[in-house]
Amino acid sequence: MIALEKRPTPSRAWSAAAPLLAVALTMVAGAALFAALGTDPLAAIRTIFWDPLFNEQFASYSRPQLLVKAGPLILIAIGLSLGFRAGVWNIGAEGQYIMGAICGAGVALALYPMDAWFVFPTMVLAGALGGWAWAMIPAILKTRFRTNEILVSLLLVYVAEQILASMSLGLMRNPEGGGFPGSRNLQQYPAAANPELVAGTGMHWGVVAGFVAVIAAYILLNRHMLGFQIRLAGQSPRAARFAGVDPNRLVMICLGISGALAGLAGMFEVAGPAGQISIDFNVGYGFTAIIVAFLGRLHPVGILLAGLLMALTYIGGELAQFMLGLPAAAIQAFQGMLLFFLLGLDVLSNFRVRLGRRKVT
Amino acid sequence: MTPLLKVDGLGKVYPGVVANDRVSFDIAEGEVHALLGENGAGKSTLVKMIYGLVKPDSGHMTLRGVPYAPAEPRAARAAGVAMVFQHFSLFDALSVAENIALGMENPPPMGQLAGRIRAVSETYGLPLAPERLVGDLSAGERQRVEIIRCLLQDPRLLIMDEPTSVLTPQEAEILFATLRKLAANGTAILYISHKLEEIRALCDRATILRLGKVVASCNPREKTAAELAEMMVGTKLATPQRAASETGDVVLEVRGLSLPSPNPFGTSLRDISFSVKSGEVLGIGGVAGNGQDELLAALSGESAASAGAVRLKGQPIGDLGPGSRRRIAVLAAPEERLGHAAAPDMSLTENALLTAAIREGLAARGFLRWPAARAFAEKVIETFDVRTPGPGNAARSLSGGNLQKFVIGREVLQRPEVLVVNQPTWGVDAAAAAAIRQALLNLAADGAAVVVISQDLDELIEISDRFAALNEGRLAPPRPTRGLSLEEIGLMMGGAHDMEVAHAAV
Repeated sequence: MIALEKRPTPSRAWSAAAPLLAVALTMVAGAALFAALGTDPLAAIRTIFWDPLFNEQFASYSRPQLLVKAGPLILIAIGLSLGFRAGVWNIGAEGQYIMGAICGAGVALALYPMDAWFVFPTMVLAGALGGWAWAMIPAILKTRFRTNEILVSLLLVYVAEQILASMSLGLMRNPEGGGFPGSRNLQQYPAAANPELVAGTGMHWGVVAGFVAVIAAYILLNRHMLGFQIRLAGQSPRAARFAGVDPNRLVMICLGISGALAGLAGMFEVAGPAGQISIDFNVGYGFTAIIVAFLGRLHPVGILLAGLLMALTYIGGELAQFMLGLPAAAIQAFQGMLLFFLLGLDVLSNFRVRLGRRKVT
Repeated sequence: MTPLLKVDGLGKVYPGVVANDRVSFDIAEGEVHALLGENGAGKSTLVKMIYGLVKPDSGHMTLRGVPYAPAEPRAARAAGVAMVFQHFSLFDALSVAENIALGMENPPPMGQLAGRIRAVSETYGLPLAPERLVGDLSAGERQRVEIIRCLLQDPRLLIMDEPTSVLTPQEAEILFATLRKLAANGTAILYISHKLEEIRALCDRATILRLGKVVASCNPREKTAAELAEMMVGTKLATPQRAASETGDVVLEVRGLSLPSPNPFGTSLRDISFSVKSGEVLGIGGVAGNGQDELLAALSGESAASAGAVRLKGQPIGDLGPGSRRRIAVLAAPEERLGHAAAPDMSLTENALLTAAIREGLAARGFLRWPAARAFAEKVIETFDVRTPGPGNAARSLSGGNLQKFVIGREVLQRPEVLVVNQPTWGVDAAAAAAIRQALLNLAADGAAVVVISQDLDELIEISDRFAALNEGRLAPPRPTRGLSLEEIGLMMGGAHDMEVAHAAV
């Protein structure tokens, strides 16, 4: 019989080892999956994890993609993790990401073709405000009317997508675009563009913002009263009230921060890698960031690593589809396994396994 | 004559703790048998093994001479062993009969069941109307639901776990009469309690456990309460000493405090008024669920009242939150240790920060001063003799008594002018309870105003200067504790008045 027994104190060793072990188990199970599909498992694993970074043929293209993809994931996931720790479930980062992009691009398009130093900073501000405002809708509805922020924030994603479509077909459509949907390309508007800062690295201002967010979140959670209150409210809501934490204020702060960071991510994306507002601008960073946040155990450094790993599986997955003809579903299953194993191993940090004859009564 | 139940060498080991070590005793038919011991002595584990909730590691039991090893409570019930738990498992929104039907394997039709409930309740003097909603019942009446649920199975052995902790003295008397009647009809009762006087009044025999072992067996009627206590603890107990303190000016004043309950089965506070002077301990008694939690929340600042309803030295503070009240030295310690007074998964250092950040200067401009927080936690641990390897350990790893010492110590060391505690020694062993009571008395002697909300009347008589009873959210006017008899206190707590109501309804 296998029995689980609660540990008196959570095991630090297991919390640290679980993600590594989860990655290892994912590779083993993934290899079995790929073998069952008739692909050489070693080649598949190498294509996903090794080739994007070190293969001479692909690395020059895919290595910069790592930061391009990891940047928004990390920025959004850091914001979400603060809320998740406090028990505030913002599932609508995708919508806040879209609204941040629309607001940031809106500023640029309104000022076009002005060439002034303040164009880009104003866009940054507008992007953060756009995401923040979109997150304030579930926040106010929750604090005033006790609605569920999970549903409200999620459904607002679809509203944001409609606004995005309307913007790319109407108000923001490029007047010189020959009637095609989509805005002007901001990469061709120097005052508003978010270019690659160091050639060949993929590093742009959004990635810088992501790294800054990691450091700021680390300090907030470990050294600041607000971070302590966030952790307290998530672990023990009643004790938090007793400690004097105002739950409504915390809901506003957490949704506000996560919305603003998601909005920033959207703004940096539209001014940089994406370049324009278009109907298919959003590719699911806001949802994937939820996985990244949990994969990184809601810890800032963990999220940094998880964001990079997630970006790697995306790039490597695309490469595997292209090179080995693996179906997209197999790649998604592979990514799903990663979360599955992590959550499964998570149990071990709070419980120890006892093998023995002990019967369960 | 073969005993009803014979327990022979039962043992149970949990990781790091020997809960029961070769426990042997027996219970005769029709006997009221007390199981005595401090918290953590192994009483609960022992009865859980008898009731089939826990499987013993060693030893065996016989019931009427036949080997008895229940694999689950259902098997125990089938063999004629029933148990009334300290905490009830009843649904507020269902009627008495529906609740009882839920616990039965093959419930009879509702009308027939109601008839049986009436019959049993009349036979044993436990008035209870089957159609009433459990949410509307008092704690004593809820307990009756649980007892009748057991009696409907016609048990040979009835186990009762601290049944009087939720009763007024008058209600307890009614319960004792029922138990005596049951015993006279041949049902054996295994009675767990650490209230020694009631054991002396009720029980024929007592088995005393200490640290998982049977240390003595006696007829409690031939012993004094002090002798029984010494057998339980193993040493002589120091009773808290109070310095003859002078009471000063009124520090805390509550005037016309009314607060509607936030949920339908909570208790609303109704027009509560009292005042506490510097150097004084005000005891607030009452049966559980009569507004204790709500009153503590109103005094700690977790529930906001109108500003003038609570005053500190004349200044209105009723609308301040917990943080603002701490700033002016109004502190509190709620009843529920894990999850309310302390965060279970956080370390003691973090839990020190939880209430002491403001008064102990553990944060500077929002940034936490971890070394200072750790030092404060260490100071609490040392001053209050909290048994733990260190401040880095999670709150949930501490035993109830040790965590309670930490929670009380954390507030006491912040030099409060007003300290409000709810159930300060609930589930705490005798030595720790004495230490906590002494700390509260010392605090008052140093000039603080102390409010102790408790369901332990002996505790209130021991440490409070004045006593008031909370009943259905109303507070009776406080009276000097000296000279109050247990009888009078019981009447102040609402006595057994709801019994007559139930009688009329039947």
